[in-house]
Amino acid sequence: MAKKRGISFSGIYLTLILIIMYVPIVLVVIFSFNESKISSLWGGFSLNWYGELFRDRSMFEALRNSVVLGLLSSFSAAVIGTLAATGLTRYKLKSGKVMEYFATLPIMIPEIIMGMVFLTFFSLLGLPFGMVTLVIAHTSFCIPYVFLMVKARLAGLDKSYVEAARDLGASELRAFYDITMPLAMPAIVSGMLLSFAMSFDDVIISVFVTGVNTNTLPMKIYSQIKTGVTPKTNALCALIFVVTIFLCALSMRISKKK
Amino acid sequence: MKVKNRAAKSSLLMAMPMYVFTILFTFGPLIYMFALSFMRRQATWGVINEFYAGNYLRILEPVFSGVFAESFKLALITTFFVTLFGYPFGYFMAKLPPKHKNRAMLLMIVPFWTNSLMRLYGWIIIFRSNGILDSVLIALHLSEKPLRLLYTYPAVVVGMVYVLLPFMIYSVYSSAEKLDWSLVEAARDLGASKTYAFLTISLRLTMPGLLSGIILTFIPSMGLYFIADILGGNKVALVGSIIQEQLLRARDWPFAAALSVALMAATSLTLYLYRRITRSEDLEGLV
Repeated sequence: MAKKRGISFSGIYLTLILIIMYVPIVLVVIFSFNESKISSLWGGFSLNWYGELFRDRSMFEALRNSVVLGLLSSFSAAVIGTLAATGLTRYKLKSGKVMEYFATLPIMIPEIIMGMVFLTFFSLLGLPFGMVTLVIAHTSFCIPYVFLMVKARLAGLDKSYVEAARDLGASELRAFYDITMPLAMPAIVSGMLLSFAMSFDDVIISVFVTGVNTNTLPMKIYSQIKTGVTPKTNALCALIFVVTIFLCALSMRISKKK
Repeated sequence: MKVKNRAAKSSLLMAMPMYVFTILFTFGPLIYMFALSFMRRQATWGVINEFYAGNYLRILEPVFSGVFAESFKLALITTFFVTLFGYPFGYFMAKLPPKHKNRAMLLMIVPFWTNSLMRLYGWIIIFRSNGILDSVLIALHLSEKPLRLLYTYPAVVVGMVYVLLPFMIYSVYSSAEKLDWSLVEAARDLGASKTYAFLTISLRLTMPGLLSGIILTFIPSMGLYFIADILGGNKVALVGSIIQEQLLRARDWPFAAALSVALMAATSLTLYLYRRITRSEDLEGLV
């Protein structure tokens, strides 16, 4: 406790790594206000690129696609994952362990494999590539996040609440709705937020399962980085970053309420 | 017995959506991939339904086995640096007082949630010739000429380490947070040196977190090809990029499937070893 106030090695180390983590992000944001089109030279402050961004219709379409995709897949994952986590914690089914293994596979094997697997399987089924295939693929890698988080939360809960409710005559459905769900809510919401973030970030799997006309935001950014970026991309990234900070703070706040 | 049966039934009912979804969209596709890897490609389009092991023999050709070796090497280098930088971070973070801990946690989560392409793009700005890094180094007289790091191997390694570092930090942190610090204090009181106490107590008790961090870094780094694509130009070929090329450009799906099966075998082996070593099923700090 002697060096409570002093500058410790660990403090310097933590700060240094955090600074390095933020330097690239901050640079992207700074250069979004750059007047010059060349992104390594500073040409004065300007908001032009934001204006340009708002006038770009294809960008908005990509943004809308990404938001819709993120919402649909994180919500489906929340429903499927929460139900499964509740069922499997309450009663140890023989099939539970095996199923859990397969259900968590999408985040355990490299994304490129999931991408290839979906591409070949969807074309075998003859599904039209586009939003539908995107939602299925994204839901499959969002389920593990919700499932694992809710499961961890339920494992730490007192089982007697549900038992008491059942003893007092509540139906199983009612006990789930009134007891289990509110208690698990912080985990459900953080699982959903994390799922949304993962879906919003994904480019590899999306590239394989999307159709010709459906672009998501990360795909758009990817192709711009490959072909040549303008500060418009920076402006877009800066806006996404603001939303990210907001989502993070929200998730932290929710998961802290225990 | 009857009550138990009913409980089992309703539990199964609740888990059913996940069962169905998983069998339909994870298990099924994986089986199909496996089957596909033993088929033969049709000259123009599609595949021929007959048993064919040639795809796997083709992987053994030097061109492709070389790519596997290259991916493995990059994954090892990445994991090494991620461990080197991530372990102390997670460990120190767990030792912070609660107020600072929460702040550090939020600061850690934000980059993790930030779009990885955006973060990599930041590195392009830094590495680009005559970019930020070159200007700073020349201004400080640390370097005479621009380093031109963009599209080099070191740039790829930096990008990989940067993107995967949070996984290690979380794993180590969640393991170190559970650590009973009084054990370390007791050892110190009994005369153990700082290093000795760390090696015998802290390191051993945080080993599950460290190992799961290694797994969570190693597995994705075998497949993350877009970082090499963005920061390495076309110079660093990885299994991932070959699979993508075979799928989208060469249209040889059976060969792409065989490559994927081989990659999956390699990663499953790592996971299996992890489970054998730690005797645990869940990875520490995954979510």
